[in-house]
Amino acid sequence: MIKIDLNIIYYVAALFVAIILVSILLLLFNVPIFETYKLLIIGSVGSIDKLGDTLMIWVPLTLASTSLIMTFKAGLWNIGVEGQIVAGAVATSFVARELHAPTPVLLSAMLIASVLGGALWGGLVGVLKIKGGVNEIFGGLGLDFVATGMIVYLVIGPWSRKGIASTGGTEPFQSTAWFPTLEGMRLSPLSIVIGVVVLIIVIFIFSKTSFGVKLKATGLNPLAAYRLGIPTSRYLFSAFLIGGGIAGLAGLTQAASMHHRLVPAISGGYGFLGILVVLLSGFRPALILPITFLFSMISMGSVQWQLRLGLHSSFGGVFQGILVMTVILLTGYQLYRRRQLNFKSDRNK
Amino acid sequence: MSLELRNITKHFGPVLANNNVSLEIQAGEIHGLLGENGAGKSTLVKILSGFLTSDDGEIELDSNVLHLSSPYDAVNAGIGILHQEPLVFLPFTLVDNFLAGSPKKFKFNRKSVRLAIEQISKEFGFDFDTNSIASELTIGERQQLEISRLLWLGARILILDEPTTAISSNQRIRLFETIKKLADAGMSVIFVSHKLEEIQSICDKVTILRKGELVGTRDLPCDSSELVELMFDKSIGSQLEFNTKTGKSKLVLKNIASRESNSTITNVDCEILEGEIVGIAGLEGAGQRVLLRAIVGLSNCHEGDIEFAGNFITNMPYEKRIKNGFYYLPSDREQEGLISGFTIAEHFALNFANKKKTLNWASIRTYSRLMIEKYSIKGTIDSTPESLSGGNQQRLLLALMPDELSVILMEHPTRGLDMESASWVWEQLLTRTRFGTSIIYSSSDLDELMIYSDRILVCFSGKIVGVVNANQTNTEEIGLMMSGVLS
Repeated sequence: MIKIDLNIIYYVAALFVAIILVSILLLLFNVPIFETYKLLIIGSVGSIDKLGDTLMIWVPLTLASTSLIMTFKAGLWNIGVEGQIVAGAVATSFVARELHAPTPVLLSAMLIASVLGGALWGGLVGVLKIKGGVNEIFGGLGLDFVATGMIVYLVIGPWSRKGIASTGGTEPFQSTAWFPTLEGMRLSPLSIVIGVVVLIIVIFIFSKTSFGVKLKATGLNPLAAYRLGIPTSRYLFSAFLIGGGIAGLAGLTQAASMHHRLVPAISGGYGFLGILVVLLSGFRPALILPITFLFSMISMGSVQWQLRLGLHSSFGGVFQGILVMTVILLTGYQLYRRRQLNFKSDRNK
Repeated sequence: MSLELRNITKHFGPVLANNNVSLEIQAGEIHGLLGENGAGKSTLVKILSGFLTSDDGEIELDSNVLHLSSPYDAVNAGIGILHQEPLVFLPFTLVDNFLAGSPKKFKFNRKSVRLAIEQISKEFGFDFDTNSIASELTIGERQQLEISRLLWLGARILILDEPTTAISSNQRIRLFETIKKLADAGMSVIFVSHKLEEIQSICDKVTILRKGELVGTRDLPCDSSELVELMFDKSIGSQLEFNTKTGKSKLVLKNIASRESNSTITNVDCEILEGEIVGIAGLEGAGQRVLLRAIVGLSNCHEGDIEFAGNFITNMPYEKRIKNGFYYLPSDREQEGLISGFTIAEHFALNFANKKKTLNWASIRTYSRLMIEKYSIKGTIDSTPESLSGGNQQRLLLALMPDELSVILMEHPTRGLDMESASWVWEQLLTRTRFGTSIIYSSSDLDELMIYSDRILVCFSGKIVGVVNANQTNTEEIGLMMSGVLS
């Protein structure tokens, strides 16, 4: 039996409204509307190369979003994903620089290191929250700054290129530490595998496992969850560890597949963009895939807009922002309607 | 002054909450509104106080038709409502509470408000310190604050919506005195309740609603059984009979003491037998809650020992105690009991989640459906608790209790439930005691304590002042002990 989720209708409606709003903006900017959308599609999925590049964005964005959904479901506003991506990338870089081994061994070690790095950073936020009573927003944001400081220090300090103190990045990794790519493309199938596997695991956690349902319960009402026998502190801490570990993987793909070195802007802002994705998904893990893909398309397509139409590439961000806004407004309206109905039927009982 | 409701009709979707309800209330009259949960009492008073608008019908006050589209309109017309849980601004001082609800937008004068509060409290014998913060007041005092505020705003008709559910019996006595004074001063009081004895003791007249319809109006006092028949369309049979338990010892409390933010309990010595039901009586905040929480391990015992099945469990953490068959059911169903946003099926899934790593949703949904039917919860497996009424929330909580429990600790097991639901809840609990489960519960309903308990512990200001067999005492004795007169 296929149940048509009413939410989907709202999503489609929101997408339409967003497209109309964006079109109005384009009209105001005197930019050909049809051409803009055509370039968006051609620029992102128009050729195998372009699709590959889009997927290169899709992987870290998906990882960042799934990381966020782990903690959001637990009722935590984990703003620290940026820092966790950085921590994962730094751990990856450390292994890539220090360990000399055949590619499979090296890449496995890097993968483990990135997960541990991200989990450490996430765990710190968790400890601050659970043991110290520091709100995860402040803890996460604070550790974001620490991570950024650390990466800049490493890039211009101990890990700087010989004779150069520039923020441009470290020396490229040894070639054995690069993710293998497809012939003639930047895309690495390994990245895709990591992204897809993590997404499937997270979807599975929340749909089928006891851990997932207990974590959700903790997020919705920690007091009642504790009373029902869920060790809530341990669950919250696990959410931070798992979320951090996943964010660390985004750091891995950024360092080993995208840049092949450590650069100060290694996170690519995906930690923050991921927040938009998760808000847009209404915390439904299964919706992450289409949304991150759409966002990646917009990010890629906006490069074409700048090249061909002279439209600044930040217009992609405007598009994404408008999309989030319309979805939130429409789902908010839907929620309001449902509450009203509930309220009414409630008054009756 | 007279208030007249004519043909009030209100639909919620397909449900008819009020069907052609007409009634008349005179000045100085205390008019009861009686009916079980869901009879339409709340809807009617919400219409009268401007929270809801009726689909049809008229409200007339002193031959003027009122158009009430908001509570503000109602207050302006002189109709004030006191909600079940008084809606006060907890962090505000009493004076600021008055000001926050004042219709004057920009100008305010703390001094004149203070004088007004002092005058009203003198008139009605309230005892306010105008500079205290509302959160420091008990619920009973918050009600007094709300009543004063409504009087200050010029209310001539006061609606009290189930005002006694959350207050102690002492506070209830004081509330009733206040209500009588208000009526003597010429105000009309509408007293909404599903408690017969309250209606009988205070009201001049009662209107009974059933399934949204007005089924009768009676002058009081009258025969209670007549009212019960009108309320339920049938009379409820007498309660079951119980014997004093003699059995194996289950739980021994040895001189325990515990403390929680603003309440304490000390020197509790008690042995609880297998299958025994022990009620805890006491005024609000006398230590019942902290005692229950100490037994289940949510609150630390800083003195004494708890022995369970021959082992000392004083320092056993809560999670481990519930693995040993303890279960705690708090009074606050939405905050501590159920998980808003979770469907009923997801609530049952949590029970499964304690035993298995992965979930089989098909069987969870089937099981949930069975439980909904068995516990006659009005809702579907996809309903969330916030969409259920209080009675159905309590049914859900009971349905969620694991089968084999050793000790159940409950606060106010039937608070806010109508008589039928309450007796049904107790039937479920009594069945459990036949299999050896012991129940310790607190209640502010003395009749409930008398009927269902084997023994009653009486708390007074953080101490146990008496342990009595329920069949060797009476409500008067317990009432005196609760108020510290007798020990």
